[in-house]
Amino acid sequence: MKTAINKTMPSSAEGMSRVDGRLKVTGAAKYSAEYTPKGLTYGVLAGSTITKGNIIAIDTKAAERAPGVLAVITHLNAPKVPGDQPEKGKAADAKGALKVFYDDKIYYNGQPVAIVVADTFERALFAASLVKAQYKTEKHITSLPDNRDKGFPPRGEGTYKRGTEDAWKLAPFKVEQEYIVPTVTHNPMELHAIIANWDTDNKLTVWDKTQGVKDTQGDLAHLFKLPKENVQVHSQFVGGAFGSALRTWPHEVAAILAAKVVKRPVKVVLSRADMFTSVGYRPFTWQKIGIGATADGKLTGITHEAAGQTSSYENFTEGPTGVSQSLYACPNVNTKYHLVALDIATPTWMRGPGEATGAFALESALDELSYQLKLDPVELRLRNYAQTDPGSGKPFSSKFLNEAYQLGSDHIGWKDRKQEPGTVKQNGWYVGYGMGGGMFGAYRAGATIRAKFNADGTLLLQSAVSDIGPGTGTAMVLIAAEQLGIPAEKIRFELGDSSLPNAPTQGGSATTASVGSAVYKACADLKEKFQKLAGNGATNNPDYTKILKDSGLPSLEVVSETDGGNGMQKYAMNSWSVHFVKVLVNAATGVVKIDKVACVSDCGKVISPKTARSQVIGGAIGGLGMALMEESIIDHRYGRYINNNFADYHVPVNADIPQIDALFVNKPDPIINPMGAKGMAEIALIGMAAAVANAVYNASGKRVRDLPITPDKVMA
Amino acid sequence: MENKEAYPANDAAQDVKDSSRRNFIKQSTLLTAVALTPGTAIKAAADHIDEQIAAVFEKMPLKMQVNGKTQNLSVEPRATLLDILREQLDLTGTKKGCDHGQCGACTVHVDGHRINSCLTLGVMMNGRKITTIEGLANGNQLHPMQEAFIKHDGFQCGYCTPGQIMSAVACIREGHANSEHEIREYMSGNICRCGAYPNIVNAIQEVKDGGMAV
Ligand code: FES
Ligand code: FES
Repeated sequence: MKTAINKTMPSSAEGMSRVDGRLKVTGAAKYSAEYTPKGLTYGVLAGSTITKGNIIAIDTKAAERAPGVLAVITHLNAPKVPGDQPEKGKAADAKGALKVFYDDKIYYNGQPVAIVVADTFERALFAASLVKAQYKTEKHITSLPDNRDKGFPPRGEGTYKRGTEDAWKLAPFKVEQEYIVPTVTHNPMELHAIIANWDTDNKLTVWDKTQGVKDTQGDLAHLFKLPKENVQVHSQFVGGAFGSALRTWPHEVAAILAAKVVKRPVKVVLSRADMFTSVGYRPFTWQKIGIGATADGKLTGITHEAAGQTSSYENFTEGPTGVSQSLYACPNVNTKYHLVALDIATPTWMRGPGEATGAFALESALDELSYQLKLDPVELRLRNYAQTDPGSGKPFSSKFLNEAYQLGSDHIGWKDRKQEPGTVKQNGWYVGYGMGGGMFGAYRAGATIRAKFNADGTLLLQSAVSDIGPGTGTAMVLIAAEQLGIPAEKIRFELGDSSLPNAPTQGGSATTASVGSAVYKACADLKEKFQKLAGNGATNNPDYTKILKDSGLPSLEVVSETDGGNGMQKYAMNSWSVHFVKVLVNAATGVVKIDKVACVSDCGKVISPKTARSQVIGGAIGGLGMALMEESIIDHRYGRYINNNFADYHVPVNADIPQIDALFVNKPDPIINPMGAKGMAEIALIGMAAAVANAVYNASGKRVRDLPITPDKVMA
Repeated sequence: MENKEAYPANDAAQDVKDSSRRNFIKQSTLLTAVALTPGTAIKAAADHIDEQIAAVFEKMPLKMQVNGKTQNLSVEPRATLLDILREQLDLTGTKKGCDHGQCGACTVHVDGHRINSCLTLGVMMNGRKITTIEGLANGNQLHPMQEAFIKHDGFQCGYCTPGQIMSAVACIREGHANSEHEIREYMSGNICRCGAYPNIVNAIQEVKDGGMAV
């Protein structure tokens, strides 16, 4: 593709700028809370102050009497959500999503017990503080380490075995260690928000922060027993999500119920504190790895155990042990995954779900092994390079991870790394290098594009897909510009609207591969239609406007659908990454400074260099936060988060982050789609936490196995 | 504050805080100010319109200039500048990321200086000149910082961006953009969860090095 990069490391100024950049820098981009339907009111949630038990009384009188208040809704007076009711003759499901205002049960601290609707935000906020509930409390549990014995296998999954179980134990060189990834919260900058309005008794419109308008439409249609077409979901701009907007949450249903009661549009914007309890998080996960190798560094066995937390009312599963099954060629692998149900809200997928957690453990353990073997960690990985998928034996659709290792080590100056830890000290800082990588499935789903070429030479592409930040519109415009041979400025991509043609939810790094395939096909279909119209002699890139003019047509339209492809039947399909980090560790304070970062992605062909680079850098920074500072801490006596704000829950700020170099192997995958593009969002983060932990060890000789790597742990 | 006498005295305000609004209406000497006879007030209370009357008294006039335009508003003293901009003036370019002064998404300029509008009560802004992201460009001509953010992709989702840009402009004006290191320090009040920091630094450096007027 002309538009693709021709060098491994683009600068921040290279490539086409975002198609929605101007809207974003002028404040004109409208996010979900920023619409003003007539008669707009404000809803504020009141949360439970206990962690487990029942509401025995709830006093809403003061709130109801506060100025401007239109309604106070609790489980005692809320309209029924039809989809929450058990089907006739059937018992209610034992487990499932939290049903808001359904009954008196409290499952976690901060669970909504009321929503107060008023004519202004200030009044709703004040009145919500007047709602007073009385509870009967039960003893709660919120700590995973204290309750690991209560673990249970998730249904249908949990264990995996190939070869001999626990084979690592017989190896001459072996490591057995435990690793902790604490609860980490997505915390996108945009607070989750929804404006809900009942246009009629059975027609609902929402402006909602979601990664998938079609999924949200389906969820809401199910919950409120409406035909899908009666639910209109808008989500044109999404201020980040990283997984937190992959499903429909209680606050969305609460807003819709409230709108029903007050018969006016209701806006609900979560507080930052709510963001820790209401929209998921990466679950606290305990892991244990046993790994063994021969003297020449050939892996003989891996045993990977993981226990992740979930809520008491719903089982959330992800795949932390998957990396141990597939990242390296190893004859004997057995893994076990358990859930521990706690009195907390349900976790959800967060960027690199499972894999990021698992890669921290596996890539740390491999690093530990490399020191035992006195073998360069890159070399150790090359000696166990999987040429085919170790689990299924299938060939990979493409894998250039070895080239990625080379690019990254050259770029970071890996040759300067000393194998002996703690041996390089400059101006009071230990200097060290570390690396870690990962993989993520290269998925593709079905999608549909409507493409309309107008007589004025412009092209309109439409899809229901969301863009939570990666620059989906930009990539799609670039694909169409390339295929039709027209300037990108002539192309507009409309998205984030449930009335537009089908697209998968933006998640799992699959958007470009999926929607891009449909754009590609729509362009081919359009071209064919033009060529037919022009008759004989049409060139490959015909003069579209002339053809329209000659035929007296105002426009030409196609609706093109693609499926998910069948590559996965024959191939193992993944994107791969490796991160190289140089750190400085202060000898006196244990402070870790990130000095240099090189991230290499093997994600097929790069469609949009500028936004791809930003996405990799963003993922890397997410990984650095996970490595060094992020942890949502519960005071287990009360079951409540104690650092549920940006002063106490630290995320990386500008001063924490150096220039980050994003490198791309940039070789097309011949199987996944005609563009050869695989996903890059998750791999940008997966493996980064281990790279930092490994670099900290190389610098200081201190191995930190429980994230985040804070100075106290380095000094301990 | 200039018009102090027009507002409830401290003791009356205390009543409000105690939530005894009926009493506030019945007892307040302010009632005379609207020529409301006690009888009317009692009737008002019975009709539940006492709260609405109280609400009127609780509002204060606010005159400020926003993006060059004078705004005469009536606001509750507890309303933040951020919420007034977003909810009353529909200037939603200024974002709410935390409401606690911890993220910088709400950064605007007050008389040319950057502040967190979520930590600023609207009533403190009488007579002040506010510039928001909507007022930064010169008509269709983008501000150089806006251009540089587009060029260097100083964002992904765009939600922190207005705050970053307002901060970035102020950072240069303050003389705190003399090195990459200094920019990082003085831009650390603006969180970007998408992680666009290196690009933001590149954008600011380009504007600074270009010597353009900011
Ligand atoms: S919203 Fe003002 S600092 Fe976060
Ligand atoms: S661009 Fe998304 S938070 Fe900064």
